[in-house]
Amino acid sequence: MTAPIVRNDRPMAAIMLHVIVIVVLVALQFVLPDYHRAVFSRVLVLAVFAMGYNLLFGYTGLLSLGHAMFFCAGLYGAGMTMSLLGWNAPAGFAAGLACGAVLALVIGLLALRTTGVAFMIVTLMFAQVLYLTILYFNEYTGGDQGFSLRRAARQLGPIDLTDPTTRYFAALILFAAALAVTHMIVRSPRGRVLVAIRENEDRVRMLGYDVFAAKLAAVVLSGVLCAAAGATYAILFGYVGATFATIQYSILPLLWVLLGGAATALGPLFGTLFMYYVVDITSNYTTAYLLFVGVALILLVLYFPKGVLGTVRERWLPWLP
Amino acid sequence: MSFGPHLLLAVLEGLVSSAVLALTALGLSLVFGVMRIVNVAHGEFFMLGAVFAWWFSTMVAGDPALGFLLALVLAPLVVGLIALVAERLVLRRLNYDPEATIVATIGMLYIFEQLALMFYGPEARAVQAPFDFRVTLPWFGYSGYKLAIIAASILVMLATWFVLTRTRIGLIMRATQYDRETAQAFGIPVDKVYAGVFALGAMLAAIAAVLIVPIQQAHYLMGTDPLLLSFIVVIIGGLGSLRGTVVAAVLIGLTEGIVAVFFSPTLAKMLATLFVALVLVFRPQGLFGTAAR
Amino acid sequence: MAAVTPLLETCGLSRSFGGLRAVDRVDFTLQPGEIRAIIGPNGAGKTTFVSLVCGRLPPSGGKVIFDGEDITGLPAHRRVRKGIAYTFQITSIFGKLTVFDNVALSVQQALLSGGGLATASLRRGVMDALERTGLAGRAHETAGNLPYGHQRLLEVAMGLALKPRLLILDEPTQGLSDGEIEGFVTLVRRIAEDATVLLIEHNMPLVMELAWTITVFERGRILAEGTPSEIRRNRIVQDAYLGAVADA
Repeated sequence: MTAPIVRNDRPMAAIMLHVIVIVVLVALQFVLPDYHRAVFSRVLVLAVFAMGYNLLFGYTGLLSLGHAMFFCAGLYGAGMTMSLLGWNAPAGFAAGLACGAVLALVIGLLALRTTGVAFMIVTLMFAQVLYLTILYFNEYTGGDQGFSLRRAARQLGPIDLTDPTTRYFAALILFAAALAVTHMIVRSPRGRVLVAIRENEDRVRMLGYDVFAAKLAAVVLSGVLCAAAGATYAILFGYVGATFATIQYSILPLLWVLLGGAATALGPLFGTLFMYYVVDITSNYTTAYLLFVGVALILLVLYFPKGVLGTVRERWLPWLP
Repeated sequence: MSFGPHLLLAVLEGLVSSAVLALTALGLSLVFGVMRIVNVAHGEFFMLGAVFAWWFSTMVAGDPALGFLLALVLAPLVVGLIALVAERLVLRRLNYDPEATIVATIGMLYIFEQLALMFYGPEARAVQAPFDFRVTLPWFGYSGYKLAIIAASILVMLATWFVLTRTRIGLIMRATQYDRETAQAFGIPVDKVYAGVFALGAMLAAIAAVLIVPIQQAHYLMGTDPLLLSFIVVIIGGLGSLRGTVVAAVLIGLTEGIVAVFFSPTLAKMLATLFVALVLVFRPQGLFGTAAR
Repeated sequence: MAAVTPLLETCGLSRSFGGLRAVDRVDFTLQPGEIRAIIGPNGAGKTTFVSLVCGRLPPSGGKVIFDGEDITGLPAHRRVRKGIAYTFQITSIFGKLTVFDNVALSVQQALLSGGGLATASLRRGVMDALERTGLAGRAHETAGNLPYGHQRLLEVAMGLALKPRLLILDEPTQGLSDGEIEGFVTLVRRIAEDATVLLIEHNMPLVMELAWTITVFERGRILAEGTPSEIRRNRIVQDAYLGAVADA
């Protein structure tokens, strides 16, 4: 299931591609009907969640089954400070990021003592603990039902973030920022160390690198990125609930990344967008739409472990970022 | 009811949970131990056991004992068959790669769960217990069937222990668990052993579900809790340690039962999950297992 | 002659796996500038010993002292930064990267911990190591596509690029052709001008030609130590090991 390492052949081509994608997304704003524009806003934020996951899974090779906890750190960090403490949107966003960073640091210090299957289970369990904690303290968190954020709170100074157009651009800005950050990390020397760790950890250690520190940094970066997505989600869509802490929201980013292509820059967006529409369409016909999630996972892991963009990169476009 | 009898009630309830948990966890532990894979869909085999138990029991109108007996025999067999098919079609093709297997079993989890939703529906349905007498204790009456569950579970575990330690098949399984390559060199058909173990693991979970379904009702989402609890038991008890699994199941089942009765079920689960995560971090061999070779 | 601090010293170094004493209270000394060979039958504990020295395995007892400093508690990556480099017994390169990128990872580490990462010094460091091992012409090939002998050389290049004081080579000529082995002898002699070399080998003629001193391991302990001619004449060693090798 490991993805090939990008050969740094044409960095300019990669940047051009990113720019084109952003421009297309900006243009879509004017073309899409309201419903789909709202979908895209959501997808762009969730894609950032997937990109955070991709950083740890695709590039560093660590499969976590508990990433919902980092998304929720941002979601609840922003949601609760804004709703219970009356903070404004920028402060709430910062709070969400801080919660994500702290949680990722703690979880990293504990979970990175394990590897492979144990790491997967440990992350799964920690995420479950967070979910149960949210349920247990339901006076503050709203438990399963969750809570909404007042419209008045979701403003950025004079800018109304609840307005659909503004919301779309806010989501797009987050996405573009995440794309740029991931691009820089992956191309940096330390990013290449992460990829090397994925390929052959023992070797990297014997080249003198502090592998634990590198992995911890990867976990924290991943956690912060996912928390940014969570915080943005709370602010833009105004709803915070424990559903986002269930195992499902740890499996979904894995699915999105696998489908789009692990260790590709645009794979997460592709995977999130595609699956979102698959679920959207099938849920009109049956309540058992998660069936398609299950089938997709099995087909991917059996026949297309590299995902769509990963396969494209391998067969036709080796410079694809 | 004063505290003493209340505690006794909690303990009895805890023992019933432990009995069911021990069987389920045993199935997971066998698969974990012999095949070295994590089956995230294990809880779904449990759920399927309950659902098929309901289905078979409805085929015999009238006599609940006969219906239950039919369920007890047929449901595990059907679930075992499903597990076998899943193993052949998917897991074998992945060559039991740990990461890929987990992802595939997650997929299986969703498929089984949603198929149950589609064909069985979202309702919870009851199965009648095969018999209905109450044991009268000085402080309260207690269901005789629940006590029977404990007895049945012990029987099945003893049978499994017997097969594993005293028969040739058990020897082959343990040899494959200990060293796959050497087992192959000795002519042991490792592929067939794996298929058998996977089916056996599923059947144990199904039996546990059939036992509890008269009390708990069959519902398409009932696999999640047994899955997590089984994980907890197997990790704490130590991989591949039968004794560890049983002891851990009793511990977890009792503690969970007692905390749930006196405090809150959510808190109980929270503490149990946190505890096991920390055990996995700091003492990965659990309480009884040996450290990985 | 003034006493020179040994580059490497182990005192009572031990490692057990369950009941098995893989390395049994070994006292070992290595002088700077030497070419030392460790030989011994399979299972004698050679790779285990060397893994204890470079930090891949924690010891069950005893000490490791590098250039007068007790490094027993130091994790592997810190020992690499102190100047110990290890090439794996089973080739352990990054198959999907180019030859250049493989070595770049070594050089990058040295530069990062030094404080600066200029592309020019990276390039120089890499080409330097590649030239010394004769791989400069293959810099842009994918490492996994190299013939086996060249992959072994790439391992050595990665070790060299770290500019180590002690280079540990674990069965480096396994799988090499005779011609490649000859080239290897020359390479090791040149490496020894700047670094101390410790190699584990089964190829007796190679060992006799290259090594200044030979240490013979058997069942976790040092059986004998001496110059090649001393070892060749040593009865105990002949019985335990050399005799078997000569017959094979």
